[in-house]
Amino acid sequence: MLGLDKKDFGFLLFVIFLTLATPVLLQPFPEGSALAQFNAGYPDLMQRFAIYGIFAIGFNLLFGLTGYLSFGHAVFLGVGSYSVVWMYKLLGYNVLPGLLLAVVVSGLFGLVIGYISLRRSGIYFSILTLAFAQMSYNLAYSVFTPITNGETGQQVYASDPQILMGPHSPTSPHLFGLLMIDSLKVPVGGWVFTFNIGYYFTAIIAIVVFYLSMRIFRSPFGLILRAIKTNRTRLNYAGINTRPYMLAVFVISGMYAGLAGGLLAAMDPLAGAERMQWTASGEVVLMTILGGAGTLMGPVLGAGFIKYFENIFSKINENVLHQWFSWMPQQVNDVLTAVIKPFVGDGWHLTLGLLFVLVVIFLPGGIMEGMRRIAKLIARPDKPEGGVEPAETQASE
Amino acid sequence: MDTIILQILNGLDKGSAYALIALGLTLIFGTLGVVNFAHGALFMIGAFCAVTMQKLLNLSFVQIDPTRKDFLGNPLKVQVPYVDSWFGHDIGAVLISWSVPLAILLAIPVMLAIGIAMERGLIKHFYKRPHADQILVTFGLAIVLQEIVKYFFGANPIQTAAPGVFSGSIDFGVLIGFAPNAITYPYWRMIYFLFSVAILGGVFAFLRFTTFGMVVRAGMNDRETVGLLGINIDRRFTIMFGIAATVAGMAGVMYAPILSPSFHMGMDFLVLSFVVVVVGGMGSLPGAVLAGFILGILQSFASMNQIKALIPGIDQVVIYLVAIIILLTRPRGLLGRSGVMED
Repeated sequence: MLGLDKKDFGFLLFVIFLTLATPVLLQPFPEGSALAQFNAGYPDLMQRFAIYGIFAIGFNLLFGLTGYLSFGHAVFLGVGSYSVVWMYKLLGYNVLPGLLLAVVVSGLFGLVIGYISLRRSGIYFSILTLAFAQMSYNLAYSVFTPITNGETGQQVYASDPQILMGPHSPTSPHLFGLLMIDSLKVPVGGWVFTFNIGYYFTAIIAIVVFYLSMRIFRSPFGLILRAIKTNRTRLNYAGINTRPYMLAVFVISGMYAGLAGGLLAAMDPLAGAERMQWTASGEVVLMTILGGAGTLMGPVLGAGFIKYFENIFSKINENVLHQWFSWMPQQVNDVLTAVIKPFVGDGWHLTLGLLFVLVVIFLPGGIMEGMRRIAKLIARPDKPEGGVEPAETQASE
Repeated sequence: MDTIILQILNGLDKGSAYALIALGLTLIFGTLGVVNFAHGALFMIGAFCAVTMQKLLNLSFVQIDPTRKDFLGNPLKVQVPYVDSWFGHDIGAVLISWSVPLAILLAIPVMLAIGIAMERGLIKHFYKRPHADQILVTFGLAIVLQEIVKYFFGANPIQTAAPGVFSGSIDFGVLIGFAPNAITYPYWRMIYFLFSVAILGGVFAFLRFTTFGMVVRAGMNDRETVGLLGINIDRRFTIMFGIAATVAGMAGVMYAPILSPSFHMGMDFLVLSFVVVVVGGMGSLPGAVLAGFILGILQSFASMNQIKALIPGIDQVVIYLVAIIILLTRPRGLLGRSGVMED
């Protein structure tokens, strides 16, 4: 169905179910309970899950399939955001034209950057993309201030034309009248579930692009990309010119990132150059590796994982820790708090870095490989793991 | 003419920092074949060695000075640094003022230890893994180091002063026959340049004129054969990693008075140093040094007002532009051998 075999179609349905039920699934603890701070079912965070999921899916198309490590993917994120905000400024708050422009513009950027960067591979490719990203970032702060509004960041001002704005048009991002910030709060028992329009808008887009990436993974095009990762020279000897394929996937991947950047601005009508900084490029690398590069679902999980960490763990401070351990003797409480404190709150990046190092060392396949190993242990507890499966199964997951 | 000399001088200190970091990166790449994304973090730790030294020397206790009164008429409480009371005020003041150069003494063992621990503990396991994995794991390590420093020293830049003796500027123009005040150059930057030249010379001399250096150079060319001759090349490479870390650390210590150390300074320098390495040629030590100085000076020229008026924004991008042009036209870099990771 939909050009997928039965197993994949089932998987897609499962993903659709997960995505649509997220507002309920991520709200497991009743309101007001001690654990309620671990709930992730509020709109802002769920939107980030979906948006960075899209970003990571796109990055994974490039890195997971072909093994080309781009360290400058944040350029497209920034370009997408600026496009959407500019459409707000010129036309009005409908997100659709902005998103279309974001995809087109980031595609053009991808064409230029890709055309040049793909002349080299390996670490040179990484550094070329990094150089382009840093260049765009620096220029956004200096020469392109008329377009980017420099350090203030671009936003809508009262003096902007907004030619499609009627007297009754909404004054925040919307899709034909559906306001992105509107949400429906449903109290069920002790729980409060928030169904936010912005989240469902991003979620539906995320499902569509996930489906697209699934099709790319299964297509002959995807097969060529994987062949490039395995042995590019051999492919050249077989008479296949790999350049157009690489350029195509680079542009597609850039469009995904542009779309994600556009959605960021669609949820919150601001765009700043810091979205282009190389830390943002590094973040998507972390997401993809943590989740599992080359797998369909991994990058999305990685994105969700990191964004969850960022929002929930950074809220935990010393007082919260003291409260948690309040049932212990005072000294133990103090020691535990002192030990854990550097890793939470402002220090969550430290946890992230450590975790990332550990994953790269011990679990190069990320969360997906971890899950597969656990599943294998459960399925055949008596047999030693590995050995039976061919090495490339991770790419076809 | 004087503006040209001035810009060259201005580019030298930044260029020296690039050259020192790029030299370390190249040493690590040339010996161990590892792309070290944590090298900027080592530079940053070096700078924080200077901060630590300054803090250590300024550690003080409170003493009541009966000869002076505060505005309420009570005896004045004064902070007396320990070094003052140990060595007397004159020597103590000099020690505190010289905290940055003294920090080199602290930085050498610290950086050597960090470098060797890093190589033995982590990087050793990544020789056989693809370059992408090496980049990723050292990138993760850089985040960790950076966050640890941030935890102990906070997120704000910490001002670290150069010794008071070197605070002014030298009137360089007079020395070579220009009008007074046409070319002035801060003393400390000149010292930084001389210092980095000394370090660069030291490293090259060490590699060229000692048996250890000869073995290392042989190992860079053909690791297996050197191993077959019964030389424990791994241990020497580990020490080279430590030395590369120390070079980066010392570059950081001396740079602290020029740029107040903050936890993310390493990453900013790392990106540029990588560009420097690529421009100079992957694996070429003289290339790294040459490219470091060239790019530093180019950047200083590009930030001249006359040039900025001609091409707006050029100061922000000149280094990257050069890198892109070099990579596309001469992928081996300025002085690189052909065939080193060139595909």
